[in-house]
Amino acid sequence: MIQIEKLRKVYRARGREVTAVDGVDLAVPEGEIFGVLGRSGAGKSTLLRCVNLLERPDAGRVLIDGRDLLALNGAELRRARQGIGMIHQHFGLLGSRTVAGNVAFPLEVMGVRRAERSARVAELLELVGLTDHAGAYPAQISGGQKQRVGIARALAGRPKVLLSDEATSALDPETTASILELLRDLNRRLGLTVLLITHEMEVVKRICDSAAVMRDGRFTESGPVTELLARPGSELARGLFPLPAVAPRDGVTVVEVTFVGGTADRPFVSALAREYSLDVNILGGAVETVGGERVGRLQLELPGAPEANAAQLAFLRDSGLAVEVRAPATTEEDDR
Amino acid sequence: MTWDEVTPLLWPATRETLYMTGVATLFTAVLGLLLGVLLVITERGGLLPAPPVQRALGVVVNVGRSLPFLILMVAIIPFTRVVVGTSIGNAAAIVPLTVGAIPFYARLVEIALREVDPGVVAAADAMGATRREIVTKVLLREARPGLVSGLTVTVIALIGYTAMAGTVGGGGLGNLAITYGYERFETKVMIATVVLLVVLVLIIQAAGDLIARRLTHK
Repeated sequence: MIQIEKLRKVYRARGREVTAVDGVDLAVPEGEIFGVLGRSGAGKSTLLRCVNLLERPDAGRVLIDGRDLLALNGAELRRARQGIGMIHQHFGLLGSRTVAGNVAFPLEVMGVRRAERSARVAELLELVGLTDHAGAYPAQISGGQKQRVGIARALAGRPKVLLSDEATSALDPETTASILELLRDLNRRLGLTVLLITHEMEVVKRICDSAAVMRDGRFTESGPVTELLARPGSELARGLFPLPAVAPRDGVTVVEVTFVGGTADRPFVSALAREYSLDVNILGGAVETVGGERVGRLQLELPGAPEANAAQLAFLRDSGLAVEVRAPATTEEDDR
Repeated sequence: MTWDEVTPLLWPATRETLYMTGVATLFTAVLGLLLGVLLVITERGGLLPAPPVQRALGVVVNVGRSLPFLILMVAIIPFTRVVVGTSIGNAAAIVPLTVGAIPFYARLVEIALREVDPGVVAAADAMGATRREIVTKVLLREARPGLVSGLTVTVIALIGYTAMAGTVGGGGLGNLAITYGYERFETKVMIATVVLLVVLVLIIQAAGDLIARRLTHK
């Protein structure tokens, strides 16, 4: 549904060049929620703004529903944008219009007639649960309600694609949760394809089917979330399940085990201990529900150097777990 | 002069002041708005980027604003003659009043438009709104309280300018104050015109504030 190929965007200011997006490839299948995670300055916002051409990329292709947006002229692009919803970190609502007026705005832009407009506005406000606030002005409602208005407005043109630019970053945790739930719900009910950018691990964990980690204009990893979490060395896994950065003592093996889905239900720690008569020490760990699946990471300490534990490590790998041995003396920087 | 003699002078002068201010305000509102919008949308990265145009407009506005009104009025007499056919009288005063107030209001319009959240403009752009829709439905509409406050300030400045209309044979309260109050030492006329001007300004400011507040949805 969304396809981006070799996208590049360079900013030039006073003779200096900054490459904000440096050759990004991205494909979001219909009905999927794809999250791009990165810190500020990673280029994720520019990437998103290139998808509906709020920024014009310097190179690459942007295809929405098979249409090459860069090949469109002004009027065609405006029409195409009417079919791409977008929600914003700071909502972007018109302060001079009521909630209903804000939702009606894109319909006016699309040339929908007045009678039809008010019916559609009522329908949209119902969808996001704001029917009672139709006559309120943005300054009179809460941040979460404002984002609901933003979502209703973005859906006015029955888009197949929704772009979300840090939609929950200005909201408190509970409100974030309710907005994410709404997005998930809309994604399922309307088959909406969502591309979102965020710096919050929480967002990826709660609603994304697939994700990418972006740094310095590039994707450092990308794929289905549960797959990324199980991938050795995954930044996403480290970010979601921060484990203590211990340098293993001599004569012990510290392993980090990631388990996803079905493997999470098997008692592999006790199985390992029994099988090899080991004293397994759990140093740290976390179990979370990601995309409806149980995912967890554990940091285990086994007696004996890594070389002496080859069979034990193989046992863990054979149980379907992702296993990483923490090298002695290297301390991992963990700044997420 | 007794008060009974002063009063008949006041009404025509007030009417003349209101006439000059009113007509000049009308033209200033339209043309100043246009100029202010152009100043904002032609900037680099604006809706209709044309930096050379923006710079040129900026120079015109700055020159217009730096000329003292009295000098502007005299300097553009030939232009006034072309526009209204005469360089003397109230109608002739309206031309320099308008020319002087346009750059003043244009700057205030510019300030008001720059206050509009760029995120709202981006949101409208992402919806597929045309440039015209963004200007009329987003920029001008969101900036309404600021546009009204700016116009209020402009109208009051215009009333001040009309005091100098006498220089080109125009009338009004300012002229009355000079010719009777100052040149003929008629203190009562001076007091009466000052009071009237103060009341006029207070009414306009109060009305402007009220409208601006009505348009603000906080």
